[in-house]
Amino acid sequence: MIDPLVEIKGLTVDFEQDGRRLRVVDGIDLAIAPGEAVGIVGESGSGKSVTWLAALGLLPGHARIGGSVRLEGLQLAGAPAGVLEGVRGKRIAMIFQDPSSCLNPVHRIGWQLIEALKLHRGLDSTRARNEALRLLDQVGIADARRRLNDYPHQLSGGLNQRVMIAMALAAEPDLLIADEPTTALDATIQAQILALLGSIRRDTGMALVLISHDLGVVAENVNRVAVMYAGRLVEEALSQDLFAVPRHPYTQGLLAALPELTGPRRRLAAIPGTVPEPGKVPAGCAFSPRCPLAEQRCGSEPPPSRRVGMLHRAVCHLQIEPGVSAWALPRAAE
Amino acid sequence: MLLFAASRLLRAALTILFVMTFAFVVLRLSGDPALLIMSVDAPPEAIKAFRQAWGLDQPIWDQYVSYIGHAFTGDFGKSMRDGRPAIELVLERVPATLAITLPALALKIGLGIPAGIYAALHRNSVADRVTMAVSVAGFTMPSFVLALLLVLVFAVTLGWLPASGSDSAAHAILPIITLGVGGAAIMARFTRSAMLEVLGQPYIRAASAKGVTWRRVISHHALPNAAIPTVTIVGFMIGSLVAGAVVVESVFAWPGVGRLLVSAVANRDLAVVQALLMVIAASMVMANFAVDMAYGWLDPRVRSAPAGH
Amino acid sequence: MSALVEAIDLRRHYAVHVGRGPFTAKATLRAVDGVSLRVERGRTLGLVGESGCGKSTTGKLVLGLIPSTSGTVRHDGTDMPAINTPAWRALRLRMQMVFQDPLGALDRRLPIGQQITEPLAIHGIATTVERRERARAVMEAVGLQMHQFGRYPHELSGGQRQRVVLARALITEPDFLVCDEPISALDVSIQAQVVNLLLDLQERLGIAYLFISHDLKVVRQVSHEVAVMYLGRIVEQGEAESLFAHPAHPYTRALVSAIPVPLSAQGPRRERLLLQGDPPNPVDVPRGCAFHTRCPFAIASCRVETPALRPKADGRLVACHRVDEPALQVAA
Repeated sequence: MIDPLVEIKGLTVDFEQDGRRLRVVDGIDLAIAPGEAVGIVGESGSGKSVTWLAALGLLPGHARIGGSVRLEGLQLAGAPAGVLEGVRGKRIAMIFQDPSSCLNPVHRIGWQLIEALKLHRGLDSTRARNEALRLLDQVGIADARRRLNDYPHQLSGGLNQRVMIAMALAAEPDLLIADEPTTALDATIQAQILALLGSIRRDTGMALVLISHDLGVVAENVNRVAVMYAGRLVEEALSQDLFAVPRHPYTQGLLAALPELTGPRRRLAAIPGTVPEPGKVPAGCAFSPRCPLAEQRCGSEPPPSRRVGMLHRAVCHLQIEPGVSAWALPRAAE
Repeated sequence: MLLFAASRLLRAALTILFVMTFAFVVLRLSGDPALLIMSVDAPPEAIKAFRQAWGLDQPIWDQYVSYIGHAFTGDFGKSMRDGRPAIELVLERVPATLAITLPALALKIGLGIPAGIYAALHRNSVADRVTMAVSVAGFTMPSFVLALLLVLVFAVTLGWLPASGSDSAAHAILPIITLGVGGAAIMARFTRSAMLEVLGQPYIRAASAKGVTWRRVISHHALPNAAIPTVTIVGFMIGSLVAGAVVVESVFAWPGVGRLLVSAVANRDLAVVQALLMVIAASMVMANFAVDMAYGWLDPRVRSAPAGH
Repeated sequence: MSALVEAIDLRRHYAVHVGRGPFTAKATLRAVDGVSLRVERGRTLGLVGESGCGKSTTGKLVLGLIPSTSGTVRHDGTDMPAINTPAWRALRLRMQMVFQDPLGALDRRLPIGQQITEPLAIHGIATTVERRERARAVMEAVGLQMHQFGRYPHELSGGQRQRVVLARALITEPDFLVCDEPISALDVSIQAQVVNLLLDLQERLGIAYLFISHDLKVVRQVSHEVAVMYLGRIVEQGEAESLFAHPAHPYTRALVSAIPVPLSAQGPRRERLLLQGDPPNPVDVPRGCAFHTRCPFAIASCRVETPALRPKADGRLVACHRVDEPALQVAA
């Protein structure tokens, strides 16, 4: 087993609000191998974005981080600003959901790109400019020379996201974290951006963490998927295994709730109830109040992490057989 | 760009004309200048002669047209007290006013902006709360109260500075501080909220995620954006360089534009009041114009059209 | 039997200024540019397209919420009256809209019970007691409980808020509902709840829907028929099932291929049709076929002549010059 590039162990994130501590991420264990593409799936309140913002130290001051995040031996959790600033962009880059508001409105695209290049590669102005042009080209932006002088508001969402990707690539990082990179974009543009990320990975061997609430987006573009719920990891598997044989009731519920484009039209399985708010997460298994198979112990004991297949684990008290869905059983009546 | 500037200038000219008209009408409606300038028991013939001499017996529309007509040639009438051209009286006071308002502006910017930025960067800390509390005190306290307090402390009790008058540079210190402190307080508050707004934007986090040091994020990413709303306030302060010191000048017996305004209004010295109001309006309007132009320079979104929708 | 709602050659243009500062030029934004559709009683017409295609504007035109530049809208045979006339207001009882952002669609300061009964109060229907009773019935129908009657919107979850919006829309027993992205702002698990609810209500109450969304999968789930819009025009229209299984227009094919699907759910090799570039501006609609700038199959005539929406042999309506060419049917 090769050494992981990034290893998260027991990561917790608490936000302090009016003297109370709200736990938003509750003990995540996850490892990313060099060059691997991992998808993180979850709905709102799952903590999927906060996990990685915490890893890079990008959370506001009132956030308390516990546990460990190692980048090839370097401890990031709780590291001083100097260390984190040396990692951000250079070794781990991050792109976000709404690209148009992630670019500074008063600086030209070229200025922002060159800033990244000078910072991480120590290039002088001329070399940086040429490299910026090359990067824009690499991400498929036509008429790059003119684009360098444009401001973000002059570019569409799709183009701005390409610019963000170009900036992220400036330092040739080991890992790119893409937090809902296509959610704010139209479907046809989404497809272009995801294809671009795929081709960049093939060219550079960069690892990718793709965070999304859209299972389809994740499925098509990664090797391995982790599903998060209410700040915890509930299932982790190879992409095709997760979608073919999900073993956790929540994952099964998510998949059953998705309408499909082809195949027979069936009634969607709706998971009753809603995601618990931070600070109001139930004892034991966080999903138990909504789970059709919940038993006594689910509401009081935290569920163990079970190995249910090759590189496949589910955090659940119950052993659900492959192919059996918690939502198809008679008990799961709506 | 030229068309833009031209339309703005036209708007400015119209505003000044409006102010002049408004002043003209209100002054004449608020009492008979003849009776106010000459005492009540002056003989009726004297009052009549006065009215004739100053054209006050003409229909109001004629007076107005005549006034505007003369204004275009630079003649804004004469003072009813000493017969000198009104505009001359006003302009000769301007340097004295600027002598205190310009240093006060420097104080407002030099003290207010850094305080606001510091408060924003250390939000909810003790320093932030103290700065904001002092700031509230600064801009809620009426200027004459502050002035008298300063006089009490520095002139009467400590005897370091003179209480009023304008003979030496030392005389300017207390007026400048009085003017500066209130403005600095406002500046600090606005700068703080502008900074906080900017610091909450996604592009700040994205810049940090790029690996940019926090110092550089503040200096190169946050400040240029926070400058945009701040410029509005600075523009307003520049606009009131000429007229913003009425109370302070009165308290400190400083011979500036403000004191002239007070005495001219009290004496119903029509031409001087009108000339003053015109100069004040003109300076405000010019400052606004400068702010509009500054926006175009600071915010590229104002300059060029967005792409797509 | 005539359709419940009919739109004939609807157009909505806006006069806009392009450019900023002193250099502005007049231009026309063609938000909706010749759209005709029919919604049958108790059935759902899905309207799909990307941002700027005019689907939301079409929804508002069909309800008569905004005036059209030209074209007609008919409800149950009668033309749409002018906005804010008493006849128009009376029609509101029979047609309603459900919006994307449930929190924005509800008044923050009023309890939800009051907001649900408000339509009845506005039209002076029923006594206060009766209104409360009808509110109870409709709340039960959408899955809300009576004890939530006095709650405020911010005390409810996103899914519950959308149910409140639905309840408010349904209390006057309309026969037509325009749903404009009703579930995009909700979590996946809640989306399923609301979709099921909409389908149940249609079955029980016979409501017709115009379902506007950019999410093809959801549209397929709820629609009987689907129309695909691009830059203000319908480019393809037909029965939902077959339209998504065998899209004919190149744009529909690109849209369908853009939908990411879990690997296991993919059947035989899926078509991959990646479009180049960004969707053009509705102010600057290309001549001829609006799609030709991004179409991988564009030929000379596409640049010059606007294709009409014509029926194919199987009943599908397609606006494309090359639709009948067998060669294009194979994955490009």
